Parts: sequence; C-alpha cells; structure tokens
Amino acid sequence: MQVSFENIKMSYGDKDVLNNINFTIPEGKLVSILGPSGCGKSTTLMLISGLTFPSSGKIMFGDKEVTKQDAVKRKVGMVFQNYALYPHLTVLENIMFPLKMEKMPRKKREKRALELAELVQIKDHVHKKPKQLSGGQQQRVAIARALAKEPSILLMDEPLSNLDARLRIEMREEIRRIQQETGVTTIFVTHDQEEALSISDEVMVLNEGAIQQNSDPITLYNKPNNQFVAQFLGTPIINMIDVEQDKSILEWMPISDEAINQTKRIGIRAEDILTTSDERKMLFSGIVRHVARVGKDTTVHVKQGEDEVVATDLDIIPEEGELLYLTANINKVHFFDSKGGIVPVEEVARI
Amino acid sequence: MIDKPTFKSSFKAILYLFPMMLVIATFNLYPIVRSFLMSFYTDFNIFTQAVNGYGLDNFFTIFNDTSFWLAIRNTFIFVLGVVPTSIVLSLTIAILLKKVSFLSGFFRSIYFLPFVTSTVAISIVWNWIYHSRFGLMNYGLSFLGVDPIAFITDPNYSMLALVILAIWKGLGFNIILFLVGLNAINENYYSAAKIDGAKGWQRFTNITLPLLGPTMFLVSVMGVINSFKVFDEVFALFQSRPGPAGSALTVVYYIFQKFYQESQYGIAAAAGIVLFLIILVFTLLQMAFNKKFVHY
Repeated sequence: MQVSFENIKMSYGDKDVLNNINFTIPEGKLVSILGPSGCGKSTTLMLISGLTFPSSGKIMFGDKEVTKQDAVKRKVGMVFQNYALYPHLTVLENIMFPLKMEKMPRKKREKRALELAELVQIKDHVHKKPKQLSGGQQQRVAIARALAKEPSILLMDEPLSNLDARLRIEMREEIRRIQQETGVTTIFVTHDQEEALSISDEVMVLNEGAIQQNSDPITLYNKPNNQFVAQFLGTPIINMIDVEQDKSILEWMPISDEAINQTKRIGIRAEDILTTSDERKMLFSGIVRHVARVGKDTTVHVKQGEDEVVATDLDIIPEEGELLYLTANINKVHFFDSKGGIVPVEEVARI
Repeated sequence: MIDKPTFKSSFKAILYLFPMMLVIATFNLYPIVRSFLMSFYTDFNIFTQAVNGYGLDNFFTIFNDTSFWLAIRNTFIFVLGVVPTSIVLSLTIAILLKKVSFLSGFFRSIYFLPFVTSTVAISIVWNWIYHSRFGLMNYGLSFLGVDPIAFITDPNYSMLALVILAIWKGLGFNIILFLVGLNAINENYYSAAKIDGAKGWQRFTNITLPLLGPTMFLVSVMGVINSFKVFDEVFALFQSRPGPAGSALTVVYYIFQKFYQESQYGIAAAAGIVLFLIILVFTLLQMAFNKKFVHY
C-alpha cells in the first residue's frame, strides 16, 4: 500500500525530531530511509507503525487516513533491530503469533507459518527456541513473523546492524529477494549507505529532521541535491576543494560567470579524478603522500598544505613524493554554494 | 582475577567465610541435626541430657493425635487461602504501580510498610479491626448489610481472619518482586506484540505472564514455604491461643505447644520433621513444574 506523510511534525519536549516532513512511498517498492543516527529515521518508522503518534500532520495509507490509529489497528509488519522474537515461543509459534491474534484456526496458521518458514529458509529450525538460533537465523524468523499476516506494508528498523559483515551482505540479498517475491511495500531504515544503495528502489536521505533528497540510488549518487547528501554517500568520502579564495582554477570550465561566482566549494568523487599534464585544466595539485594498494584497489592520497585529495581510479600508479596535477570531467564536478546547496550549472561556450 | 586455587588462597577464602559459617553452624546446622536426632528420642531427660531410648514412637504418637491432623489441615487451608490470592493481588497491584507514574515511589513505600512492621504490632492492630462490636471491618460490612461477625472468637471465621491478615502482610514483598520482574521484560516485546495485533489482555496473557515465569516461581515457592511456617500471626492475633477451639492451630503452633507448653521435646521434633518433609515435597514439586513450563 502507498504510504504518505503530509506535513508531519514530531517533537519530544521542545526538541523537534521531524520538521514538516512530506513524502509518498509508492506501492510495491523497497524504499530506504537513510541518515546518520539521530536524524529522525527511526522516529519516521515508529510513526508509520503506529507505535508513536505525530505532534501534527497526517499519515495516509493509500487514501485512508490512519494518523489516530494505533499499532494494533494499522496491521503493518515490522522487523525490529534486535528482532524482538518472543523468547518463550518456538520459531514456529513466533511466526504463528500474529495469526493466533487474528484467531485463525490452528491447522491453517500452522500451514501458513510453514510456508513462510520455507520462504525465509528456516524450515529446519522451526521447533527451536530463538535463543538456539544464530543472528542471521533469528533475522529470518523475524522477517517471517512480520510477513505472517500478509501486511500491505513491511517496516524494517536497521535489521542488519546486529550481523557480521559477510552475513549482512547475504541477508540484504535475501531481503531483496523476499521483497520481490512477495511484492510487499517495504520501508527499510538504515545508517549504512551501501546497504541503502544496494537494495532499494528509492532512497530517502534524512538529516536533522528534514528530507535532504528522495530519489533512486543512481541519481542520489551521481546528482546529489546538496553537500550533505554528497558527503554522506560514497566511500571514500567525496573530495571537497575550497575555491572561495581562488576562483581562477574554475575559469577554464565552460560555465557561466554567475555560476562561478556562486560556487564556494566543488566536490569530486575519488573515482572521477583524472591526472593531467595541462596545468591550465588542473583543479588540484599536490605531492603524493601515500599509495595504498588493497587487492585490486589502489588509493592515492595527494596532499597540498592542509588539503588532501583521495583518488581511486587513476590511470597511472604514481610514486610517493611525486607531484601530480589532478582534474576531472566537468560533468563529474559538483558545485556547491555557501549554504551547501547545489549551484545550477549549464555548460556555456567559453570564448 | 581467576587464579588457580592454592592452599594459601583457599585458606584465605575460608578465613573470610568463617564468621558467617560459625553463625550458620550454631543457629541453623546444629539445631537441624539436633532436632532430627531428638525426634527419635523415646526416653529423654532434658536436665541431664540423658537419652535412655530411641525409636519411632514420637511419630506414631503424632499420627494418632487428632490435634496434629487438625494442625496439618489448618495449615493446608492457610497455604491454599494465602498463596494464590496473594499472587493475583500483588501482581495486579504491581502492574498498576508500573503504569501509574504519579507518586509511584510513595505508593511503593506504602505497600512495603506492612512487610517491615513487626508482626506483633500488625496483629494487635488487626485484632482491633476484627473486633466484633467496635472493629473497622464490621463497621465496613455494616454498610453492605452484613451482621457483625466475631472474627476472633468465632471458630468459623478465625481462619478467614488469619488469611486476610497474612495476605495483607505479605503483599508488599510480593509487589516488589513482581515489579522487578515486570521491569525486566523488554519493552520491545510489547511493541512487537502490538505490531502483531495483540490487544491489551492478549499482551498480558501472551507476553507478561510467560515472561514473568521465573518471578512467579520465586514468589510462589517463597509464599508456600513461608505460609507453611505460619506461627507469629496466630500467636499475636488470637492472644497466645491457637484461635477459638483450636480453629487456627497450625503445625508450627502445634510444635510450639508441644515443646514449650507441654515439654514433649521428642514429639515436637517429630512434628518438625514432618513439616520439613511436607515443605520439601512441595518445593520439589514446584521445581519440577518450573522446569517443565518455564524455560527459555
């Protein structure tokens, strides 16, 4: 089901957690809410689930308003960060629990629970207690339980944060597979950009109680709306070059003078950096401080004074101590104004 | 900090334990062994400490004593009357106390007061409350159109009076235990249960009660053990008599009578052993039950 927030405000005491949030999550999609801790992403999820209520604004499921309904009535599925599996019930009983609350006949709910156990591949462990399962298995049970009552919305609150690195990658593929098999509208909260970018149809970036950008993962990475999004996404972190003091390095670019005037900083992702021998087209020059080679990846740190630029996909492997001139294609350069917003840039022919 | 046990470290540990061991040995272990032996003395002189004969006569005597059977019967009625009601009441109050944040510390103290007040003082106050003509209880009942009841002097009501007093007195301690148990249940389970569509009562029966299992076990075992040992409430409430016509005669009161009033030491010890066995059996039963139903 489609979920939309209309002017949602949420405050605890005099602290505003969410500030006039508006968004629509389309039906059948997997949408991530991404942001640093304390940005209000978990609060957003709690508001959708009905475990907490907004200070003002409207929450709509489809075209039905549910703002005043509590969690028992909203009937969403939810996977908690620590799974919250009932410790006194077996895996099967845990999955059946929502159906038992619906008073579904025992035979029927057992059949349904076994189907779900099959879907999440936990069928061999249905008679164990949660304590006897590994983290990944508990996670699967939690997903099965959340899906048991065939919710139209599935919420996941940092479901992978308690797993180790390898299992995390495996489980996020699993979540994607299960979501596509069931077609349930899924809202996935995470602080891990890689997680969000790899499994979602759409990513909503939150910071300080406001939506920074809401788009598909590719756009989010390639065309960030502002400096926060640009810096939050991507490893290594995007290189920021301060151009306020010296705008001359931008002059070779085919962009308008107005755009150059507004620009305070430019951002270039590490993989977009190129070496150049043409001093006029150079954006940054410095001494190679360190070359790190890990497997197939080579990371080059170039330093000039206090500033440092990190490049990952250079066509040459320089020596430490070498002087490098660095540049980038103009369509890979992000221009930011003094407020951290993006400067609209149109290529103009330079005379 | 985990060292290999050496002679020196063991000696040090024993030295630390020694004072408490001495107290326990003197006041717990020695009397237990002594009374166990005493229950088999058939011919005993308390002044010379001379034992002239051993046997099972003491046990035959108490099993043929109608007042011993009465004491057993009364004690069982008391346990059955006190423990379940006390658990239900204290759990209810604990849940209410957890929900009410207003003055909750104040209410907790109030409920805990009876537990730390001397039993004799409490019994005297209740003696007044139960008074057939001037008591508060009968005053209250008069509004319901009930004729005055002689709680203390009517054999039909004396056990009821004792049970009410005992429940009221034990409430505070059980409430504290239940509060600890309730607070130990992670809020997440309730959130999950709400999401799963469990309404208030369903959350109570499906989450609170099962997760409260260990606390329930503790409270019931302690309640049963303490109730089987009831004595001072009886002694104080009925002014050093076992209730009218022996209607509140409990096993410990029986032991007290035999030992201090009739100087039948062997018989008193034998009754003590029987009580010990009864409590042991019940505790083992509860532990077996606990093993079967409370495990996660």
